[in-house]
Amino acid sequence: MASKHVRRARVNKVVRYAVLTVFAIIIVFPLYIVFLDAVLSNSQIATTPPTLFTFHPHWNNFAVAWRVGGVSHYLFNSILQTSIIVMAQLVTSILAAFAFAFLDFPFKRTLFVIMISTLMIPFEVTLVTNVQTVSSLHLFGSTVGLVIPFLATGTGIFLLRQAFMQIPKEMREAAVIDGYSNMQFLRRVAVPLARPGIAALAVFSFLGAWNQYLWPLILTDNNVSIRTLQIGIKSIGGGVDSANVQIAASAIAVFPLLVILIFFQKHLVRSLTAGAVK
Amino acid sequence: MSQVQLSSVSKRFNDTTAVDALSLRIEDGEFLILLGPSGCGKTTALRMVAGLESVSDGEISIDGEVVNDVPPRYRDIAMVFQSYALYPHLSVRKNVEFPLRQQKLSKAERDEKVNVALELLVLSELADRKPGQLSGGQRQRVALARALVRQPRLFLMDEPLSNLDAKLRLQMRADIVALQQRLKATILYVTHDQVEAMTMGHRIAVMNEGKLQQIGKPADLYNKPANTFVARFLGSPGMNIVAASLSGGSVLAGGAPIATTEHPDATAINIGIRAEDLVLSPDGLPCTVVLVEDLGSEVQIISDTQQGERVTVKCSPDSQRPVTGDTIYLRAKAEKIHYFDAITGERLYDLLPQDSAVAETVATNETSESA
Repeated sequence: MASKHVRRARVNKVVRYAVLTVFAIIIVFPLYIVFLDAVLSNSQIATTPPTLFTFHPHWNNFAVAWRVGGVSHYLFNSILQTSIIVMAQLVTSILAAFAFAFLDFPFKRTLFVIMISTLMIPFEVTLVTNVQTVSSLHLFGSTVGLVIPFLATGTGIFLLRQAFMQIPKEMREAAVIDGYSNMQFLRRVAVPLARPGIAALAVFSFLGAWNQYLWPLILTDNNVSIRTLQIGIKSIGGGVDSANVQIAASAIAVFPLLVILIFFQKHLVRSLTAGAVK
Repeated sequence: MSQVQLSSVSKRFNDTTAVDALSLRIEDGEFLILLGPSGCGKTTALRMVAGLESVSDGEISIDGEVVNDVPPRYRDIAMVFQSYALYPHLSVRKNVEFPLRQQKLSKAERDEKVNVALELLVLSELADRKPGQLSGGQRQRVALARALVRQPRLFLMDEPLSNLDAKLRLQMRADIVALQQRLKATILYVTHDQVEAMTMGHRIAVMNEGKLQQIGKPADLYNKPANTFVARFLGSPGMNIVAASLSGGSVLAGGAPIATTEHPDATAINIGIRAEDLVLSPDGLPCTVVLVEDLGSEVQIISDTQQGERVTVKCSPDSQRPVTGDTIYLRAKAEKIHYFDAITGERLYDLLPQDSAVAETVATNETSESA
């Protein structure tokens, strides 16, 4: 009896791992191709059947992309706009979420509903008005214009409000009696306790900002000097003979995301399943 | 020095009145218990003293200063919460130090105060642990240490022991009493546990439905409850209350005389008798036995009168005990019978003397009666 159960458990495990392996390959394969093509010659990329491995990587592609293709400059721009957006989103989300979670003020519910409703409007819908607004502020083609629509986020406020609402009311009351102001309570208690949620928001916000395409494409159209990496890749060489260099640039663009995902995957999974199990 | 005075304090939430014209006074160094069933307004009263709830009506003053509009931080009070409200990301030491960080103290002064508090509650060895690594009793001690580190003029405790298991609660009860005596602290303590109230407090204020029922020393409340609510609420089990009449020097209950009385004839009254003051007898109030509980040191017989009133009798384990379904007859010791108005539930005869132990007790009783 027992051995039958053991055998069945083992078979289950094998099947499970087989399925997971297949999924892993499906997901990892395109990434592999990016990193592979980044070190192939142009003629190797164009072959049929496609080249799936090489013993002679052309590391030079990276150097060409970096120096000749201007990736170093684009990368700097990307890092700059992403950092500003992530920082700003963290600050605005923490402050707004704190207010929604802990404070009482007039029209709190109404404001919250309005804030939540912004989650349902795709960015593309507001694109034209955003362009007009930014233009009329004379920010078109500037770094400020690049980041200004993303300084606050409904998602972030909502996420952190949920995190703050997990903090028992008594903790705040204890702090109030001890003479802590809202900002002091925020700094010493609320933020440290909401750290997992804040970390998750930081990662999501990084992913969102880093992978932006449409807005920077439009906004940097007249100003190459502030172009981000995602937009810059397109303008490297541009012909068939520089495909490998473009792919090398893409590999550079993907790299930070991979690092972040690997380091923060635990946080991300936890924040997405938060509340599912105690 | 600290005295707290509540004068006709009320709290209304929309159209419900949580606290109704509550008046009481807490003396310096006094351990006053606010006792009542859940929802009786005791916690709301405590929170008003803390400043966590606004006062709808009346005045709260601490040391003669009206604090109705004084924010909690300026009231110089400390509160211990039922859930402890410890900060999980801070060590025991940091938790205890937390209230001091808002005071202008040097690091050395802070450390000194924290060490004293930790030692007082035998927490020194746990100072570097996080609350998550502590047992319930230890967490409770940290919460107490955090409250007393600041040496506030008033301690407020909101059911601090109700999250502990029975054995630990007993231990902590003694610890808190010892601590109170040592520090001569003024404490307002909220509980729904009458045993806690009886054993810990200098005085008990019993509340029900937002109103003060009676305030006084534990023994006074036990021996001379002001109304049937207090009679039933205090004691384990609570006092038995049955309908009765007085006729020709006898107390009649269930149609039978159960004791003599010196009071004049009366109908429509209720009498109260504690379980230990009832005796099994060949005649008297007939009751049907519902359950016999053997507690080891004594036996409790739970029974119903013919009118359906629940009556509990305590007797010695050596005596012959009835079984479920038996009819028993009960008599009472005449001097141990309490008389209540059947309609208002107020105590008749033998009231607490006007010059009773604490003058304001009477004053507040009058206030609540007239209210």
